[in-house]
Amino acid sequence: MSYVTKSPWIIHYDGSSCNGCDIEVLACLTPMYDVERFGIINTGNPKHADIFLVTGSVNEQNINVVKQIYEQMPEPKVVVAIGICATSGGIFKECYNVMGGIDTVIPVDVYVPGCAARPEAIIDGVVKGLGVLAEKRAAMDQKPAAPAEAEEKEEA
Amino acid sequence: MNLATSIIGIAAYLILAPLAGGLLAGIDRKISARMQGRFGPPVLQPFYDFFKLLEKEPITVNKVQDFYVMCFLIFIVITGCFFFAGGDLLLIIFTLTLASIFLVVAAFSSNSPYAQIGAERELLQMMAYEPMVLIMAVGFYLVNGSFNISDIVTSPVMAIQYLPGIFLGFVFILTIKLRKSPFDLSMSHHAHQELVKGLTTEFSGKTMAVIEIAHWYENIFLLGFVYLFFANALAWSPVLAVVVCLATYFLEILIDNNYARMKWQIAINASWIVAITLGFVNLLILYFIS
Ligand code: SF4
Repeated sequence: MSYVTKSPWIIHYDGSSCNGCDIEVLACLTPMYDVERFGIINTGNPKHADIFLVTGSVNEQNINVVKQIYEQMPEPKVVVAIGICATSGGIFKECYNVMGGIDTVIPVDVYVPGCAARPEAIIDGVVKGLGVLAEKRAAMDQKPAAPAEAEEKEEA
Repeated sequence: MNLATSIIGIAAYLILAPLAGGLLAGIDRKISARMQGRFGPPVLQPFYDFFKLLEKEPITVNKVQDFYVMCFLIFIVITGCFFFAGGDLLLIIFTLTLASIFLVVAAFSSNSPYAQIGAERELLQMMAYEPMVLIMAVGFYLVNGSFNISDIVTSPVMAIQYLPGIFLGFVFILTIKLRKSPFDLSMSHHAHQELVKGLTTEFSGKTMAVIEIAHWYENIFLLGFVYLFFANALAWSPVLAVVVCLATYFLEILIDNNYARMKWQIAINASWIVAITLGFVNLLILYFIS
């Protein structure tokens, strides 16, 4: 059994969200919803995180930030797009600086639509993400040789 | 204390300390959650976290940092072994300092600005608590005439009767050592994020797991110091001592949940003032009555 699903640590990034979805994400941590009962911790550090929650769409300014956070997270990792903005660009889709949903930059595993996405829906999305996390962890076990080789090459 | 009991003490510490430390951390999180009106994670959550960290992909900034973190764990364990083998209090304090220095060096070696600020703050914290720890050692010497822990726990007097001020001072700096608010400046287990994660920003996966387990080992022998104040030759004193240890830990959780983080200046000033008023005055009185 994989322990990843029992202790998913989250990093939350606000793309160009209107803050509506952000407040709902933070509401999940309050006594009302208390996601810590699933072992979920809101960490500020991508290197400790397992699940990347993104709210809001990607624009020209934050595209590199989103990419960097994603790249700094160690495998296995899952990306959850919160809100319709993060899913497709939503109400901001037509803006001249908006590229669209998060999946235009990094691979997204779970989409949580809604404007704003409700805390229940966000928790649901994260729990769905846990399934993906377990699959990715199992995949890591099956082909552990490939990344190791790549690392050695880099060093040489 | 003879060799056999020393070996039993070391073996018990090596095996039981991580279990007890992890459990204590889990109970800590549960109680904290209840204090905040939340349900809280399972009591075994710290162990899930630990095994999860072992499962993650290893990412290190440079190889030397893993070496330093490993040294941190090893010296923490050695310190604890000295303690539970009934060794010399001064030696224990010095190896503890050495262990902390390894963690600071590990954080510095990563070159990350957040980790560096965390490391600097860790040094300031060490400056803050170190005087009180030394005063405690001197206090035990004045009461028992020996720095050896095996002599302290078998002495006819109960140290707390002569060292109430030093005990209070030690509980005060224990907040720093256990990394609790208001003095969790260099890193914390809560979501204070102005330093990302401070000292541990650049450690992930297995390295982070090593730090976690080192903290469990550390917390157990830190509570061991509290134990020393109450343990003596009397048969019931160990029971009292363990109860006081748990009560102290509960008090730390309460303080943790009631205070926001303070500035480092306040941490240093407050702990030095406490060391001088409670610790040093206690020593003076002890010196004159003996
Ligand atoms: S989905 Fe709605 S609430 Fe969420 S960030 Fe977009 S506009 Fe705001």
